[in-house]
Order: sequence, then C-alpha cells, then structure tokens
Amino acid sequence: MIPPAVETVESDVLILGGGMAGCGAAFEAAYWAEARKQRVVLVEKSAIERSGAVAVGLSAINCYMGMKWGENRPEDFVRYVRRDLMGLCREDLVFDIARHVDASVHMFEEWGLPFFKTADGRYQRVGRWQVMIHGESYKPIVAEAARQALGAGNVYEHVFITHLLPDADDPGRIAGAVGFSVREPKIYVFRTRAVIAAAGGATGVFRPHAVGEGLGRIWYAPWNTGSTYKLMMLAGAEMSQFEHRLVAPRFKDGYGPVGMWFLLFRAALKNAYGEDVEKKWAGLLGEWAPYGEGTPTPTPLRTLQLLRDRTAGGGPHYLRTDEALQRMYREAQQDPEKVRQIESDAWEDFLDMTPAQALLWASENVDPAAKPSEITLTEPYLVGSHAGACGAWVSGPEDLAPKEYFWGYNRMTTVRGLFAAGDSVSGSAHKFSSGSYTEGRLAGKAAVAYAGDQGAPPRTDDEHIHAIAAELWQPFRVAEAAAGRSTQPDVNPAALSPKQALLRLQKIMDEYAGGIGANYTTSRPLLDRGLELLDALGQDLDRMAAGDLHDLLRCWEVRDRYWCAQAHARHLLYREETRWPGYYRRSDFPALDDTHWKCFVNSRHHGRRWEMAKRPYLQIIDS
Amino acid sequence: MPAFAHPERCDGCRGRAQVVCREICPADVMQLDSARGQAVNIEPDLCWECYACVKACPANALEVRGYSDGIALGASLKLHRGEAAIAWEVNFRGGTQKRFRFPIRTTAWGSIRPFAGLPPADLNELRQPGLCGEPRYLGVAALSRLSREQFR
Repeated sequence: MIPPAVETVESDVLILGGGMAGCGAAFEAAYWAEARKQRVVLVEKSAIERSGAVAVGLSAINCYMGMKWGENRPEDFVRYVRRDLMGLCREDLVFDIARHVDASVHMFEEWGLPFFKTADGRYQRVGRWQVMIHGESYKPIVAEAARQALGAGNVYEHVFITHLLPDADDPGRIAGAVGFSVREPKIYVFRTRAVIAAAGGATGVFRPHAVGEGLGRIWYAPWNTGSTYKLMMLAGAEMSQFEHRLVAPRFKDGYGPVGMWFLLFRAALKNAYGEDVEKKWAGLLGEWAPYGEGTPTPTPLRTLQLLRDRTAGGGPHYLRTDEALQRMYREAQQDPEKVRQIESDAWEDFLDMTPAQALLWASENVDPAAKPSEITLTEPYLVGSHAGACGAWVSGPEDLAPKEYFWGYNRMTTVRGLFAAGDSVSGSAHKFSSGSYTEGRLAGKAAVAYAGDQGAPPRTDDEHIHAIAAELWQPFRVAEAAAGRSTQPDVNPAALSPKQALLRLQKIMDEYAGGIGANYTTSRPLLDRGLELLDALGQDLDRMAAGDLHDLLRCWEVRDRYWCAQAHARHLLYREETRWPGYYRRSDFPALDDTHWKCFVNSRHHGRRWEMAKRPYLQIIDS
Repeated sequence: MPAFAHPERCDGCRGRAQVVCREICPADVMQLDSARGQAVNIEPDLCWECYACVKACPANALEVRGYSDGIALGASLKLHRGEAAIAWEVNFRGGTQKRFRFPIRTTAWGSIRPFAGLPPADLNELRQPGLCGEPRYLGVAALSRLSREQFR
C-alpha cells in the first residue's frame, strides 16, 4: 500500500457519525453556528443517507410524548425509564430529552415523513410512547435536512475516525480527530474546538447466534462497532454503566421487531406447551422488588422470564401471531378491507425496518394469521439509546442538573470540548431514534456555545499526528512482513486477519463475560480469566494484517470492539450484584443489592490503567 | 450471499460518476469487481441484508438471498422504490405471492429547507435550554421546566 496523503480540515465543531444523533447535532449546530460564524463539519464512515442503526428504516418512532394532545408529560417518561432500568437513570438527561423530543418529531413530519393518523388527526399509537410511521425513508429524510443545514462541503463521507486528538498544552481538552478514507490512501486530520461523539453502539462484541454466512444477522447494525466508546475512553473520558447491556426477545433468526406485536396486536409469548410465559413466571417479579412490581414489567425482567422458561425446557417459544391476528380479524368482523389492512400493517412492520424477516417468513411459507413464529433472546449488545444504558458520563442541562451532574455545558463529557449524544451517552436509555436525534440537537447547541467561549484554539502536536498516521498504516506493514512466512495468507504465524481477531474476541466474551453460550452468566473467576485472554488478544491486535482499505477498516473496527469488551468486562467485575437479571447474572452475587449498588459505576482509562468509581444516583422526579 | 448482483443486469454503473451500491452500502461490503466490471458482495457475513443497495440500484440488478445458515432457498423479496412510495413483492417458497405498497415521503425529494420560516439564531438564547424552532414545534406553549426547588 502506498503511503497515504494527509488532508487537514479545520472546523469549530466536528460531529463524529451521521446517524440519528449526528444528523440532529448537524441540524442544531448549523443553526446556532451561523450566528457565530463557526464552521460545523460532520464525518461519517459510509453515506449519511443510509448510515447508522436507522439505515434500513423504522416502522415506529419509539420516543414521543404527545404533549400537544396532553398524552404524556416529560416526568411521566422519567418514571417509566427509571423503572425499566431497575431504578438507575440520569433523570436530568431523560427529562431533557423528553421535554424536547416532540418538536423533533413534528419537524420530521413537516419534512415529509409519513405518519399513521387516527380519525381525529393524532399520531397512531403503538404503545404509550411509540407512534407508527411509514418509515422506509426515515433516514434519507433526516439526512437530507442535515446535509442542507451543514452545506454539502461540510459533510465528509467514507472517512473512518480512529483517534481523538488532545490539546498539546492541556490533555484534558479536545483538539481534533484523526481517521482515514476508506476509498483512497488518505489520512484526515480534523482540527477543531469541539467534538461531538455521535456514532452508534457496539455490536459484534459477543458471539452471535448466527454462524458462517449469517454472522451479520444480528439485531443491531453490524456496522455499529462501538468506535464512539473507544474514542471517548481512550481520550480519558469517564464512562458510565458499561456493565449495562441489552438482551432482547426477538423473532428468531430474522430479528424482526416485536414491539407492535406485543403492544398493539397484544400477541402472547407462549412456550411449546401453550403456556403464557409472562403468566407462568409472574411470581419471579416479586424477587426483584420494588422494580418488578407494577406495570409495565421492566425489560430485563421480561427477558428473565423467557430465560427461565427456556432453562426449564419450555422451548421452542412462540409469539402467537396466529391468535392475535385471528382475534383482531374477529374484532373487525372479518371485514375483508379491514383484514387486508391489518395484514398489510403487520408486513409493513418488517418491510420498513427488517425486510430480511419478511424474507424469512416467505422462505418458511409463514402466514402469521395461521402459524406462530419463534422467539429467541439475542446476543448482548452495548447500546445507550434503546433499553441499554452504557456510554459516556456527561454533564446535564444547566437548568435541571444537580451540581453533581453539571460541569458547564449540556452533554459535555469529562474531557473539555468533547460532547456526546445518542448511543454515546450513558444513563438516558429509551431515547431511540427521535430521542437520539434530540440529544444530538442538545449537544450541537452546547458545542457551539462552548466553541465560541474558547479563546485561543487548541494546539495539535504534529509529532503525535505523525505517530498516529504510522499506527494507522501498521496493518499494511504487518501484511508485507508476514508475506513470506506461509504458503497461504490465512494461516500465517505472523499475522491475524481482522475476521480471525473478531472471532477470537467474540469467543472470549461469550464464554467468560456472560454471552449466549454461558446463558448470560458470569462471575469474578470467569471475568478474571476472560481478562487474561483479552489482554493477550490486545497484544495480538498489533499483528492484524490488511491487504486493502476495506481490510484496514475492519482492523480498526476490531479495535473498537476490543476496547468496548475491555470496559464491559471491567464494569461487570466491579458491580458486585445482579441488577438486570435478564441481561446478565453474576453467579457469585446473584441478588439485587440497593444498599450498596443503587449508584452508577464509572470508569476511566488513564495511563494504561482502569480507575473504577461509584457515582451517586440522585432522584429528581418523585415516584 | 446476502445481497448479490444478477450478472445479466449489473453493468457496474458504467458511465456513472459513482458505483451506486458501493457508495450507499453502510457496511462497505458492496464493491466493484474490476475484472468483471460488476458489483460483488465481498463480505457476505457482515452484510445486514438492509436492502440499501437493492433500493438504490439504478439497474434493478441487486437482490438478497437469505443467509445460508438459516433461510430455505426458493423465496424472494423484490421491491421498487419510487419517489413517494415503495412497492414490495413477497414471493413465498411455496409459490404464494403477496404485494404491498407503502408511502415513503409526503414531500418532494430535495425540498427540505431546514430553517425556512424560522428567525435567525439569537445568541442571547445560546445558554438557554430552548432549541431551534421552539416553542413553535413543541406543540405546547412553553418548554417544560423544573425549578431546582421543585426537585430538591
């Protein structure tokens, strides 16, 4: 590979990732930056029209208050999120998203996103917080607004960011980012005053159910590799709740969404013997008081019920689409027009957001009104926007945050000038697409304010940049050096392919950190052993080899996942209780322990060491 | 496979400024095989079957064959994405066919002017909690506030 060219790009605010959070940040930052004559730049590893977790489309917007119809108030949402997270959330952050989110959704509609409407003109609800959309083009619409707001010359696509740059005179302050083009041999150096980390969560950290060619068939986007977490943690930002993960019941092998089936169609989850899993295991909930009491049941407890039934031999488990649709057809008095509409809505749910699930149904000749579909529990994912809550520890909004949660600018991490939004922010789960967009807006506005408040721009260190550039191209040098060591490229004592490294990582995490192979169970001895193996893998990552830019991208994505795995394992180890039992179980600390652990677990990677700490949970909204 | 190109239809976007599937693929798996002059999926096991390439292909040359570890052969899912709607054709392995059509956009592509009709940013508001377009877009008279006294 020829040595790369280097292009330097100057900006005031730099947005990393063009998904929902990044597009929200772009929209809002562009608005305020105009008045301050600032330049806002967005960088994305693919094309923003189809990037991030919403690339495919969505059939629902899962975070919408409906304040204009008096449906919900932001404080209602905080109570819901707090319970779903078993008592732990950053209420200032959740409230902040909830009070703004409707405005973002109304803009989406004005821009051209089609909504299902009721007879009186309201958005059609799926559940208390969810509204139905015809969302195949949700992402291209949102991306169009972001591109318009920024100006096309400020959107850098097919560029993958691998490093953040600290201020050469102050390591606690951000100065830029470095990455490479996945299209030509070129390294990009972005010099800026503020950075918004807005890339997606981490998939592929754990071994998936799928094998072989199906490896990419996971619930959350496989291109979301956790780069945002790695960038922030290696810049020294304090991370929070990295032990928290998401395991969800989904249609087996297709990973189609279940929300509409559960909430709108009221389909039951039953085991092979026709027993309703929720009813059969209702008694479990009392063991997890006070969070297991009342409705709705928190996600990790619903997951636990399915897990228990599976362990008890109840599988296969089925979502009874047949019973639900037949009931709905009866309620519609078998009116052919209404039946046809219900069927169309059911298929659209998949076609909008998981077409592969529709293909699975077609391949098995499934008529959902006649045949139920199998449900399984996913492999674990590290996300901050869904019913998962890991990410960076950020400042809350000035008017809401207690002093322990406020340090100058909304959504700023503990590194000055480094902001976060969407999956990147911890403690504010359940924001989904609309809330991530809204959190991007909050970060975008705050980043413009921060950038304008700075005096002299931060200084980048050329020597440091040269060192990063050399590191970036290392996989090409490994490949060249290893070329003569074997008669075949894939079995070489001096080189690992990025796929080989990825599979090794997934095996370690699965077996020692509570993956599907370990029935989501782990313990101190397992984690200690897993960390030994992870550390050895970390050394071997320097032996990853690349033949082209696509391989180079994969090499750096493995590093993202590796650092997420490190943080996850260390957080799992530190929290000596089981708080989210359907997500993971510490067999050596199998119970909830509010006395010692009703707090956030935070970490900081500093000087090659991990510093762990407890941070207080502060209740803001009454019960 | 997951996404794959039909050899009789894919022209490698010859004459176009970009290879469309390569540009749009979020996973960087759709690439141009320069020897063939046609698109190939170079890493099917990191394809998400997201259909971004299928929807974007100007030659209607792309399709998805379900993952080999779980999906029976013989079914197919075809689509045509227009300006305002998408049409789907679900062909079952057993021969049944279902067709659906859903709206995708209520306005013209390229018509978004994100700040049209909004006042220019007022820098006095920069440290206040209100976002661009609020309270107008909120649908309620004012942004929800909690005073510190209220929650202490």
